Amino acid sequence: MRHVIIGYSVAAISAIKSIREIDKTSEITVLTNESSVYSRPLISYFLAGKVKKDKLSFIPETFEKEMKITVKWNTAVVKINPAAKTVITSKKEKLKYDRLLISTGGTPIKPPIAGYADDIAGIFTFVKLDEVEKLIKYIEKNKIKECVILGAGLIGMKAAEGLLARKIKLRIVEMADRLLANTFDSAASLLLEEKLKESGSEFLKETTIKKIISKSKKLEALELSSGKTLKTGLLIMAVGVRPDIELAKGTELKVNRGLVVNKNMETNIPGIYAAGDAAEGKDFLSGENAVIAIWPVAARQGSVAGFNMAGKKAEYDGMFPMNSVTILGVPSISFGLTNPKAGAYQVLLSNEGGKYKKIVLKDGIIVGVVLVNAIERAGIFGLLIKQKLDVSALKKQLLFDDFGFLVLPKDFRKHFVTGEGTEV
Amino acid sequence: MKKIIIREEFCLGCRLCEVHCATAHSESKNIIKTFKSVQGRPLSALVFEEQGYTTFALQCRHCKDAPCIESCLTSAMYKDKHGTVLHDSEKCVGCWMCIMACPFGVIKPDLKEKKVGSKCDFCTGREKPACVEHCPNQAILLKEI
Ligand SMILES: Cc1cc2nc3c(=O)[nH]c(=O)nc-3n(C[C@H](O)[C@H](O)[C@H](O)COP(=O)(O)OP(=O)(O)OC[C@H]3O[C@@H](n4cnc5c(N)ncnc54)[C@H](O)[C@@H]3O)c2cc1C
Repeated sequence: MRHVIIGYSVAAISAIKSIREIDKTSEITVLTNESSVYSRPLISYFLAGKVKKDKLSFIPETFEKEMKITVKWNTAVVKINPAAKTVITSKKEKLKYDRLLISTGGTPIKPPIAGYADDIAGIFTFVKLDEVEKLIKYIEKNKIKECVILGAGLIGMKAAEGLLARKIKLRIVEMADRLLANTFDSAASLLLEEKLKESGSEFLKETTIKKIISKSKKLEALELSSGKTLKTGLLIMAVGVRPDIELAKGTELKVNRGLVVNKNMETNIPGIYAAGDAAEGKDFLSGENAVIAIWPVAARQGSVAGFNMAGKKAEYDGMFPMNSVTILGVPSISFGLTNPKAGAYQVLLSNEGGKYKKIVLKDGIIVGVVLVNAIERAGIFGLLIKQKLDVSALKKQLLFDDFGFLVLPKDFRKHFVTGEGTEV
Repeated sequence: MKKIIIREEFCLGCRLCEVHCATAHSESKNIIKTFKSVQGRPLSALVFEEQGYTTFALQCRHCKDAPCIESCLTSAMYKDKHGTVLHDSEKCVGCWMCIMACPFGVIKPDLKEKKVGSKCDFCTGREKPACVEHCPNQAILLKEI
C-alpha cells in the first residue's frame, strides 16, 4: 500500500499517526510546499517575539524517522490524476498512490480592492510563516510604528495581538459593527474595544478600504468607504481564509466550499481522502457539511482519514466551531452558534464586572456559548452541547460563577465524571 | 491502568485533598510553607466542587483520546507511556485551547503567567496520588480499571 499525503500540517500529522497505529510498514510519502512543520496559530506568538522559530514545530525532531515517512520539502503537488492514481509535483516528479490524502489547508482571501497589486511593498497576509518572516523584516527595516489591519476576525485579531506586542499602533478596519463578528455580539466586542482604545489603537467599524494608494510600488495610504484617507506604511489583509482546493480543478472531485467528504473523510473518488481546513465534513450542529477551519477539527479529521486509509473503519461524528482568543490580556472562548437569528432561540446573558457570559439555547439545549474574561471550566459547555443535555431547568445555574458538574443532573454527572463501571 | 474513582456520597467537604494536592505539587512539599508562600489558597491540580452540602473533588480523567491533547497548538499537552496526560510548561503559550477542549473543566489557566497553571499529573513518582492518600473517608479511591 502506498500512501501519499499532500500538505504537512496538523491534519496530515494526525493522519500519519493513525496510519502507523494500524500499519507499520506501508510507504508514506508527504509532499509539502513549505520548508518546515510549524503550528500555524503560533505565527502571532512568533511575530510578538514570544516563541522563537525553532520552537514553532509541534512534532518531535525524530518524527519522520519514528513514523518511517518520506517528506519532500518545498515540493508542491501541481496535479492529481485520479484515473492513473498519480500526483505530479512542481519538480516534475510523478508519484503513484493507492491512498491519497489532500490536507492542503486554507489560503488567504484577497479581496478585490482598487489599486491592489501583489508586488506592492507593505501589504501582507497573515497565514503562513514565510509571509510573517517577511513581515518582521519589513517592520524592522522600515521602523514601522503603526499599521492598518483589514478584517477583525480571528486572523486579524491574531495579527493584532502580535503587532501590539511590538508596540505598533493599530487601526483596524472592519465591515461589521464589532470585533470578532462571527462569534461576538456588540456587548462582548465592547470589552475588547475598550482595551484596544487604551493601547492607543483605533477600531473603524462598518468601514472598508476602497482604494490602495501606492507610489513606486510602495504602500502610501488607504482610501476608506467613509471618505477618510489613512496614511500608512503597512497593511495586513486579514479578511479570512478559504479552503485551498486548487488541486480539485480538472478532476471529478466534488467541491462545495471545500472538498466534500463522507463520514470516513473520503471524497467522492474512492481512495482519495481530505481533512482539515481544505475539507468540508459534517457540522455537528446543522448535520450538514461545512468547512470548520480550526485546529481540533483538522486533528480529528486527519486522524479519522488516517485510520480509514490504513483499512480500519473509523467515523467522524462531526464537530462544531469553537475557539479561544486572547487579545490584550482579555481571554475569550466561544462554542457553536453564538449569534442566532431571532426566532426559536433563547439567550441567557450575564455581564458583570467585565465578566461576560452568553449562552444560546434551542429547545432547552445549548447550541452556542461565548465567555469573555470568564473562561474557567469552559470545556464543560462544549460537553453539554455535544451531549445535547436538556438544561431548561438549569438556566440560572449555567451562569453561576462556580458553575460545574454539581449543578448538572446527578445521572449525567455520574456517567461523565467517572466513566464506565465507576460511580460518582 | 489505575484510575481515580470519585464517590460524592462519601465526600465530607473537608478539602484535605486540595490541601495535600497543592502541597505535593509545591517546591517545599511542606504544608505550612506551601500555604504561607502565597496569598490566598495555593493552586491545587484538582477542582473542588461545592453546591450547598454536596461536594466532591474532580481530577483530570486522563482520557484515552484526550481532547486537550488534540487541541493543543504546541504539543505541550502530551501522554506518557503509562497513559497519563501531562503538561510541559516550557512549550505552553497560554492559548487556552485545552481549557476550551477539556469536557471536565479540570485544567486551570494561570492568566498572569499565560501558562496552564495546574493540571493533575497523577502524582507521577508517588505511589498513590496525594489526594487519594489523604482522603479520610475514601471519597476518592484508586482503582485498577
Ligand atoms: C494566524 C492564525 C491563527 C490561528 N489560530 C487558531 C487557534 O487559535 N485555534 C484554532 O483552532 N485554529 C487556529 N487557526 C486555524 C488552524 O491553524 C488551522 O485550522 C489548521 O492549521 C488547519 O490544519 P490543516 O492541516 O488542515 O492545514 P494547514 O495548517 O493550513 O496546512 C496545509 C499545508 O498544506 C500545504 N499545501 C497547500 N497546497 C499544497 C500543494 N499543492 N502541495 C503541497 N503542499 C501544499 C500548505 O502550504 C500548508 O503547509 C489559526 C490560523 C491562523 C492562520
